[in-house]
Amino acid sequence: MANTVHIDVVSAEASIFSGEAEFVVAPASAGEVGIFPHHAPMVTTIKPGALRIKLPDTAEETLIFISGGILEVQPGLITVLADTAVRGHDLDEAKAIAAKEAAIEAMQNRTSDMDYAKAQAELSEALAQIQAIERLRKTTH
Amino acid sequence: MAGSKEIRTKIKSVENTRKITKAMEMVAASKMRKAQDRMRASRPYADKIRNVAAHLSFAQAEYKHPFLVKRDVVKNVGLIVVSSDKGLCGGLNTNMLRLSVNQMKTWESEGKSISVSAIGNKGFSFMSRVGANVKSHITGLGDVPHMENLIGTIKVMLDAYEAGEIDQLYICYTKFINTMKQEPTMQQLLPLSGEQLGSPTGHWDYIYEPEAKPVVDNLMMRYIESLIYNAVAENMASEQSSRMVAMKSASDNAKEVIGDLKLIYNKARQAAITKEISEIVGGAAAVA
Repeated sequence: MANTVHIDVVSAEASIFSGEAEFVVAPASAGEVGIFPHHAPMVTTIKPGALRIKLPDTAEETLIFISGGILEVQPGLITVLADTAVRGHDLDEAKAIAAKEAAIEAMQNRTSDMDYAKAQAELSEALAQIQAIERLRKTTH
Repeated sequence: MAGSKEIRTKIKSVENTRKITKAMEMVAASKMRKAQDRMRASRPYADKIRNVAAHLSFAQAEYKHPFLVKRDVVKNVGLIVVSSDKGLCGGLNTNMLRLSVNQMKTWESEGKSISVSAIGNKGFSFMSRVGANVKSHITGLGDVPHMENLIGTIKVMLDAYEAGEIDQLYICYTKFINTMKQEPTMQQLLPLSGEQLGSPTGHWDYIYEPEAKPVVDNLMMRYIESLIYNAVAENMASEQSSRMVAMKSASDNAKEVIGDLKLIYNKARQAAITKEISEIVGGAAAVA
């Protein structure tokens, strides 16, 4: 049995790769890192690039492109938490600003402070309608 | 045969409605399966990042992330409301919003101010209609939740937390239990409590590269995002199954109405025939 380490590549939307590897090269933010089995525990951020996984008993390497994320290394386990979106401080900031502005724009024509009585009345009315329909359904059977 | 034409038209229109609700039921059923798959697909990531976050929260002594620090005085609360974009899904959004509003009322009575972030059209239009302080919102997510679309909305709240504008962050969404059962749930996101993360399996500290702070910052942000992403994915699965059930009962109701109307129609038809026969018989008897 070859000396291998288990590697999981997962993103929030899907599981990308899971299996044994002899050697892994990841594009860490401070430079590429190569990881052999029994590496010391390590956490690092990774930048967009290719993750190279050398599978046992084959000369070839599996290439997975990731748009950044986090790499966690334990002696017997490597976990790559891949981002699904291209991330960057400026990009995130721009998205946040866009979201904020959209909210401000939408809030401009609001009348006053939160009216709880109105909110609750509206909801209980909707709920009563649903319950009435259900009751009606039961009685007709 | 008075009214028989009206009854026929009515039957036709109910039949058409039934076709639509039946189609919506089947669409929702197929979307529900996909939504459930997506919900499950996001689980490995959530589990892994949770493990790493748990390790960090215990191992890291020199730098404590603000998300892990509990604040003594809670004056401002943030709430993320996850709802569906479209209606016709039974009491899904109503139940969730009721839970939110009740909780908001409690906070209000405790003298806390509330900022809301809305994911989904229904929650957003409700919150802005009743005059809640909506900080950010995202609508029109479609059937597939994409992290990319959520980042901005979430970041507004996380930034507000870090800046001290809010002291606690909650999320309210509909938890998917099974096809027939969905439950509105309120969950505290920030500050992260120790129980939420669980205890790590061993005690060691990591080598941080390049250094601890950016790595921990990054990880914590992604952890919160993954929690929210999960909530959105679960809410979408709930939405589809709730819609499927609602549309199924609508189709069943339509079927019943059609049956009733057909009975009335046939009775009217039979009465007309009987009347005609008795008139003919009566006429023949008079002639003979």
